[in-house]
Amino acid sequence: MSDDAIGRPAAVAGRRRPSRLRRDGRAAAFFAAPSMIGLTLFTLFPIVLSLVMAFFQWPAVGERTFAGVENFTTLFTDPVFRRALLNTLLFVVLYLPLNLVVSVGLAVWMGPRIKGRKALRVVFFLPVVTPMVANAIVWRMIYQPNGLIDGSLYAATGTHAPNFLGEPGWAMFAVVAMSVWQGFGYNMLVFSAALDAIPRHLLEAAQIDGAGPWRQFFRIMLPMISPALFFASTMTLITSFQVFTQPFLMTGGGPGMDTETLMMFVFDKGFSIYQYGLASAGAWILFVLILGVTAVQFVGQRRWVTYDV
Amino acid sequence: MSDLAVRRVRLVISHVALYLVAAAFLTPLVYMLATSLKPADEVFQSPPSLFGSLIRWENYSETFEFLPFGKFVLNGLAVAICGTIVVLVASAMSAYAFSRLRWRGRDGFFLVFLATLMIPQEVLVVPMFMLMRWFGWVDSFQALIFPWAFTAFGTFMLRQFFLTIPEEISEGARIDGAGSVRVFTSIMLPLIRPALAVLAVFTFINYWNSFMWPLIIINTVDEKATVPLGLSLFVGQQGTQWNLIMAASVISMAPTAALLILLQKHLIRGIATSGLGGR
Repeated sequence: MSDDAIGRPAAVAGRRRPSRLRRDGRAAAFFAAPSMIGLTLFTLFPIVLSLVMAFFQWPAVGERTFAGVENFTTLFTDPVFRRALLNTLLFVVLYLPLNLVVSVGLAVWMGPRIKGRKALRVVFFLPVVTPMVANAIVWRMIYQPNGLIDGSLYAATGTHAPNFLGEPGWAMFAVVAMSVWQGFGYNMLVFSAALDAIPRHLLEAAQIDGAGPWRQFFRIMLPMISPALFFASTMTLITSFQVFTQPFLMTGGGPGMDTETLMMFVFDKGFSIYQYGLASAGAWILFVLILGVTAVQFVGQRRWVTYDV
Repeated sequence: MSDLAVRRVRLVISHVALYLVAAAFLTPLVYMLATSLKPADEVFQSPPSLFGSLIRWENYSETFEFLPFGKFVLNGLAVAICGTIVVLVASAMSAYAFSRLRWRGRDGFFLVFLATLMIPQEVLVVPMFMLMRWFGWVDSFQALIFPWAFTAFGTFMLRQFFLTIPEEISEGARIDGAGSVRVFTSIMLPLIRPALAVLAVFTFINYWNSFMWPLIIINTVDEKATVPLGLSLFVGQQGTQWNLIMAASVISMAPTAALLILLQKHLIRGIATSGLGGR
């Protein structure tokens, strides 16, 4: 490789042209280099580093010492971490099904007979491309006392709405509701495309055979879009475990620790109190959790995803 | 009523209900826009109203005086545009290498690429921060641009498009004596222009909207913040000026909303075919 790199003339007169594999090999080294170097430096290396850090006491300044599994045992005995873990699971358990039901429901509703469906798609997709920060701030105004909900309710009935972001029973639901509003448009587009790809004659045949709308939905549409459903639910699962910006800006993790999530915990340990080892260990627990659930998804899909029709 | 008439009525009801749902869905964004044009003391007036006693366009100019928001917009645009260029160049080049060139270890390397798709970005922030410290990149624009530019997503997506180009086209050019760089720039790239556009738009949006990483890596916020980070500063200010914050929020969503509306057809097809995009 090194001789080639210093530029041996490729086709000296009378010599055989280099083979396809060798000729392409040189070009490939050139074309793949930026991504390979970038990926190694900014993804592969940080993964390894993160794993190493998780087993060290790694303060921002001062001595780094090997700590074995101490970071992990510290975390699992830390009530804040355990609470963040539970909160994250609660968020995922509420958010994922809601997101899927709303996005599948609207995608089905916005069938080909609906006029203006293109414009509607844009409408529902708008919050997805809007900065999360802007979304979170406007929802804070909607939820807070005297905000849009409370103000409207008080003007209409004379009673005040709960303080959604400040009351223990409400904050997590408020965060979930805002997140669903913000995020479902993406999955809706995926399902909409999958539904459009169902051959018309299948649904027409079912109709002629007397299948009602619900039967058509459960027996034809749902199985036909199951690959999209699998893809979308897996992606949504992975991202919802990492929920950060919405609670960070709307509740700051409160009231108490009610909306403190794993990602907020990692952020706090890493960038407020500079315990990088502890933060990395927390990140790895999050990662393993995501991997585990994704693996379950992949194993489970064989039961419900139909690829061949 | 005949069967047909019943169906007609149902379809009309379905339309009306759907439009109502869409209107309700848009309420937060309308509220954002409405608040951005109100005088400060009317923001939380009861009952809530769409318009204040006057339409206050000055809120928008005051936004730029209240915080260096103009700088945040320029920073955000610069970072997003540079980032998008880096992502496009790196992804297109490696996608070409992984689809149309033959070399030893190609499929193995590609598997490694794909595997990295599974790793959530957020898991990498702590070691990435360490890396930035070693590079001396903390509080720099490089740190906003490069660390997340080399994800496998763009490579994976563009590779799918390169694979749809018949091999005869590139082979023909090679027999005519064009080198691989020529083939890449003057034949392959023009053929996947729509895919490049979709990737560019989504990459731009991701950079523009990114919040957590700028929050971590930027210290001199007045100088180097991007729009979301700057926006979050407004909230912390004393005596939160909600009308100005909402004006800033409207400005923050303008570029991405404009891209979405202008390029809706391509973006929606892009999502449908590759499952690409933000969250």
